[in-house]
Amino acid sequence: MRDKNYTRREFIRNLSLTAIAGMSIPLLSACTKEEVEDFLQKHFLEMTEEEKKRLIAKLEERYHQKYGRKFQISTKEAQQDTLWGYGLELSRCIGCRRCVYACVKENNQSRYKRQLHWIRVLQLKRGNLINLENSEHYYNPDTVPEKGYIYLPVQCQQCQNPPCVKVCPVHATWQEPDGIVVVDYNWCVGCRYCIAACPYKGRVFNWGEPNIPPEELNTSVHYLGNRPRMKCAVEKCTFCIQRVRSGRYPACVEACPTGTRKFGNLLDPKSEIRYIIENKRVFRLKEDLNTESKFYYFFEG
Amino acid sequence: MEKLRETLKETWHFYMKTLNLVAKGSKAYYAWCLLLLAVIIVGFIYYLKQHDIGLFATNMNDQVSWGLYIANFTYLVGAAAAAVLLVIPSYIYHFKPIKEIVILGELFAASSIIMAILFVMVDLGRLDRFWHMIPFIGEMNFPESLLAWDVLALNGYFFLNILIPVYLLVKYYYRKDPNWTFILPFILISVPWAVGIHTVTAFLYNGLPARPFWNASILAPRFLASAFCSGPAIIILIFQIIRKVSAIKLEDSALFKIAELIAYAMFLNLFLLGSEIYKEYYSHSVHMAAFEYLFEGLHGHNLLVPWIWAAMAMNVIAFFIFLVPTMRKRLTTLNLGCLLIIVGVWIEKGPGFVIPGFVPDPLGEIHEYIPNLLELMVSFGIWALGLLIFTLLMKVAIPIVTGEFTHTEYEKEVTALKHG
Repeated sequence: MRDKNYTRREFIRNLSLTAIAGMSIPLLSACTKEEVEDFLQKHFLEMTEEEKKRLIAKLEERYHQKYGRKFQISTKEAQQDTLWGYGLELSRCIGCRRCVYACVKENNQSRYKRQLHWIRVLQLKRGNLINLENSEHYYNPDTVPEKGYIYLPVQCQQCQNPPCVKVCPVHATWQEPDGIVVVDYNWCVGCRYCIAACPYKGRVFNWGEPNIPPEELNTSVHYLGNRPRMKCAVEKCTFCIQRVRSGRYPACVEACPTGTRKFGNLLDPKSEIRYIIENKRVFRLKEDLNTESKFYYFFEG
Repeated sequence: MEKLRETLKETWHFYMKTLNLVAKGSKAYYAWCLLLLAVIIVGFIYYLKQHDIGLFATNMNDQVSWGLYIANFTYLVGAAAAAVLLVIPSYIYHFKPIKEIVILGELFAASSIIMAILFVMVDLGRLDRFWHMIPFIGEMNFPESLLAWDVLALNGYFFLNILIPVYLLVKYYYRKDPNWTFILPFILISVPWAVGIHTVTAFLYNGLPARPFWNASILAPRFLASAFCSGPAIIILIFQIIRKVSAIKLEDSALFKIAELIAYAMFLNLFLLGSEIYKEYYSHSVHMAAFEYLFEGLHGHNLLVPWIWAAMAMNVIAFFIFLVPTMRKRLTTLNLGCLLIIVGVWIEKGPGFVIPGFVPDPLGEIHEYIPNLLELMVSFGIWALGLLIFTLLMKVAIPIVTGEFTHTEYEKEVTALKHG
């Protein structure tokens, strides 16, 4: 992306866009300044520090106008020598879905007219694990866990070899140096090829304008993570990029009442996740697809 | 100065005459164009609604994230490819109206590509960011993403299919022989390029291990085989209309030869499909679920079952019609066979191919999809636009090919001929 052609490409782009803009002055004059700015916004990785700063200031201002809340938008980069990994102890999960709703709240997902969830908990009859066709996604008993069932929470598995990144036609999604797969929501064209490519259903789409009551918004956000999003762009779990890059656990890990969820740095030999991988019987979902996911399921013992 | 005035005059003459050709026609022509225009307008109004509230306006969702639009796209890429591939047999069998077949086929391909690209565009959630996909201007993920390949392949093909017929038509207009050393390489390259666009489109689905239904290496050959059925079937019908409303002479024998080719292609198509069905049902792995959903229904969900069986019946009946010489050599049965194939293949490689890729989804959820009114109307609108473009192109191209619409120099000749 940042290759030798950078300046030439930049030049061609500016020239063409100016030409297009010039030809469509009557059309553009019908648009608001905001719409024009959005239309011309560059790919996040191609912005200079200065441009990023301006963008963040503009966004904070805009969110303030739209929701009446003061946002803090971080663009904090990956820390050195980190590669995030996740552990999930299947024998502990009781299927309460607290993680699901903690995630919705933390990450500003749309609440109604398509409620979006980044985590899905599957209910499986004991004796089943691989054939997910027998799973129940919408189980709704008065109390969990139900006898005879186990629960399998699934979210983006942060593959080291992510099929979704490979298929994106416009580089709108990529893997960060700390292993997190992120989306530039302003660059996504909404083709949904990544949704087709993901073997874990780790991506969801804002089919319409996201709906969140302003008072429920989480105002501490990351540009590549939980900032409020727009219609018709794709989104996904980022291991709570806004939290983990400032030394906190992902919201799902904190919300879990049973200690099912573990999180840590795969490059740190003393981390809990490394201990789990080395001492427990871990497995990864759909290992046969060679996605090299960084989401390890395990059982006690 | 004199020369410039001459050129300007001629250009003016050309445009006026073109306008005249497009604007004047029989009652049937007016009715046809107005009908298409009405459908386009309705489709456009529905699209505006979708553009306003987002893809929420369609029946697609996180389970079935591609639907009728992408189904149509897949079918049309096949139709576009087949129209040009028809050029090969017409050379081999020395069809008389070869230049007509080349020009009509390529203009049909160009119209189909326009439709295919429009179907992708209406499927995009963010049409305003379409420029992100344009090479050099945007941020194209080439060569990693097959969708990036498809953008290049389709646009390249579109360029070829505009360049070749326009070049030939301009030459005919001036009554000059085409410079074959210039244009022949383009014609030759358009043949493998036609195979290319459909292969790339097949690979787009093929390369996703997350979707076992599509992840079959037989997919690209299957796509080509089915395209070789539906594309020529459409062309047979179009040829008959053209020879009825214009001076172009197309012999029945050429149509029957194309029908014979369709029989072979349909055999191949059914054989490849059979091979897939055998593999899935005999090995009986978890990956069979999508096939089960399509052909038998899965856990009580069976929306597609009647459709696919209807498609199977249509394809098999059409196969026998085109196989038996007496049947394919009678225009009524020939046309019936064409209609059966056009619809049968559309179901099989449109909705019957795209939707089961999503059912069950990678986490085993079964969510049935059926397009809603908006998706239908937008789709009809795009089909109507493609047909209108093709009709108008034909309205100008045919008189040039027959020599009625020509440079001023020869115009007197034409009028003399008409009156004489």
